[in-house]
Amino acid sequence: MIPTPRSAVPLLELDRVAKTFGGHVAVEDFTLAVSPGEFISFLGPSGCGKTTTLQMIAGFLAPSRGTIRLEGRDLTQVHPSRRGLGIVFQSYALFPHMTAAENVAFGLEMQRVSRAERTERVRAALAMVGLSGYEDRHPRRMSGGQQQRVALARALVIRPSVLLLDEPLSNLDAKLREEMQIELRQIQRNLGTTTILVTHDQTEALSLSDRIVVMSKGRIEQIGTPQDTYERPASAFVAQFLGKTNDFAARVEGASPARIVAGGWSAPAPVGLRGPVTISVRPERIGFSEEGLPGRVAARVFQGNHWLFQCETECGPAIVVRPNDGLAQPGEGEAVRLAWRPEDMSIRDMGLRAGAVA
Amino acid sequence: MSAAATTTLPAAATATPPEPRASRAPLWLILPALLLFVGIVLVPLAMTVLLSFHDWGQYKGIEPVLVLKNWHEIATDPYYAEMFGRTLRIALVTTVATALLGAPEAYILNRMSGRWRGIFLLLILGPLLISVVARTLGWALLFGGANGLANKLLMSLGLISSPLPFLFTETGVVIALVHVMMPFMVLSVWAALQRLDPQVEHAAMSLGAGPLTIIRRIVLPQIMPGVLSGAIIVFSLSASAFATPAIIGGRRLKVAATLAYDEFLNTLNWPLGAAVAVLLLAGLVLIVVGANALVERRYAEVSR
Ligand SMILES: Nc1ncnc2c1ncn2[C@@H]1O[C@H](COP(=O)(O)OP(=O)(O)OP(=O)(O)O)[C@@H](O)[C@H]1O
Ligand SMILES: [Mg+2]
Repeated sequence: MIPTPRSAVPLLELDRVAKTFGGHVAVEDFTLAVSPGEFISFLGPSGCGKTTTLQMIAGFLAPSRGTIRLEGRDLTQVHPSRRGLGIVFQSYALFPHMTAAENVAFGLEMQRVSRAERTERVRAALAMVGLSGYEDRHPRRMSGGQQQRVALARALVIRPSVLLLDEPLSNLDAKLREEMQIELRQIQRNLGTTTILVTHDQTEALSLSDRIVVMSKGRIEQIGTPQDTYERPASAFVAQFLGKTNDFAARVEGASPARIVAGGWSAPAPVGLRGPVTISVRPERIGFSEEGLPGRVAARVFQGNHWLFQCETECGPAIVVRPNDGLAQPGEGEAVRLAWRPEDMSIRDMGLRAGAVA
Repeated sequence: MSAAATTTLPAAATATPPEPRASRAPLWLILPALLLFVGIVLVPLAMTVLLSFHDWGQYKGIEPVLVLKNWHEIATDPYYAEMFGRTLRIALVTTVATALLGAPEAYILNRMSGRWRGIFLLLILGPLLISVVARTLGWALLFGGANGLANKLLMSLGLISSPLPFLFTETGVVIALVHVMMPFMVLSVWAALQRLDPQVEHAAMSLGAGPLTIIRRIVLPQIMPGVLSGAIIVFSLSASAFATPAIIGGRRLKVAATLAYDEFLNTLNWPLGAAVAVLLLAGLVLIVVGANALVERRYAEVSR
């Protein structure tokens, strides 16, 4: 893990930032403090205001309300060309009439870096993204992944205080995307550049970030580490958006000690909780066992390294994922019992947001 | 005039960038167009070329023999060199002026929002909807001698003491031609601007480039093919323009097109007129094809 982000002095701060287009609210009440060296992802469905927020940080859009500070300095009055941020656009936005090297050199020319140093830094930047030997290519003669690397090199070579990435990998095919994710993370770790990544791909956000900002309809739903947001989602939206989850209708029964009961499965209930509740458990945290919530396997799908089971239970449908460990698995139509550890579930209901049962 | 008009057609046609070849369509589909092309372009053209080698005398008229007399006259008489020199000069100055005025105009137009853009586009394209003759006569009315409206106004304001010379001057022809040709340049540049990724300007900005640098280093190189193909169109249309030089330049300031017209209809020396027209056409085709090839080679990266 990166040094605990929250304790460090924030590099970039967004304070109750909002943006309205006409009457339409695109971003509302966006507050975030980014520490030096942190990798942050803005994650959310299409149209939730990710790009709008990024463009406000970059300076291409002026916030309707709120302030943005970089190293304590108010950014709102600073022209985009003076902010010193590195940006990789979704369309890459390479200069088509320049070669890869010229593209990368452009920002250094603007900073009036001497020719000798420029040449050296361009060479190093292209080498860093694995494009040595492509200096004289024009963008139109490069593949999507190569163009993406040029765009990354171009943004990084100016040593930006913050790197902004707007869905930089969404145009790549799945395999290349995975490779680039690993590479992006490595480069970011090596350089220590503070990075904000916009994405609607939850795996990308989970695998790359120190912290994830989950957004919905212009609002922040949750800010937390990937593990936090995945295992302790703050809302039903976050739970649904970050991977599959099973919601079971359960009840709190008895008093001192009260127990949470879902069919044949039960566990000690947190203090003060009563009545009907919804518990949610990730598919990979449910196992088949001797006792627990009774159900029946409705469908079974083989997916290579794991099995996917669709089960029906008296508390609602359930999805179960089991690793393909070579052991015998229940077949379709078989009666099973589902069980999970109490710490693997989160309890939501009646406006009450409780974390995992301790 | 009809011969001169037809001879300018292919030149204008070559100015537009070549269409990508349709691959699957059956070849015979081009037959009607091909017949039309052969019938109204190639055959008259061949006849004009042939005509330019015929002999002509004041009293004997046209003699269908093959002589180099007309070509020899054009090559040796400095009068023709002056005519073609002037034609070239007017076309070049007009082209440069439309590029200098039209490219910024298109850029500003492209940056305007919705309704304003519509209004200004109409203003720019408006001249295309009015006959060249009417437009050029308008210029003549504004600046024609001491009675021209603009001249009268400027003189009564005391800004000038004698009327600005406009009619029968090269400057007058160029001004009127620039007005006539502007839409072609603006449309051509605008088409190039439409292909520009708006994020590219943002990218340059984020790298520290100011507005002027962005225009010079990022926008201009990318719309250059548009400017150049606009220039090719404007150049070929200006060099072969007839109505504007005929009205503004009259018979005192002749260019190649009006010269050919005069030889055909006033002197009745068709063979000499044909030679002038053929030379104009050949020169234009050479310049346009050469320029087009240069543009395509130079800007292969930008224009895909
Ligand atoms: N220039 C604009 N004018 C009016 N509304 C806009 C403008 N730009 C964005 N919006 C609206 O603001 C909202 C947020 O847009 P934004 O582009 O930030 O979404 P996003 O989260 O980046 O989505 P995606 O994942 O599809 O890129 C959307 O509802 C969009 O329609
Ligand atoms: Mg977006």
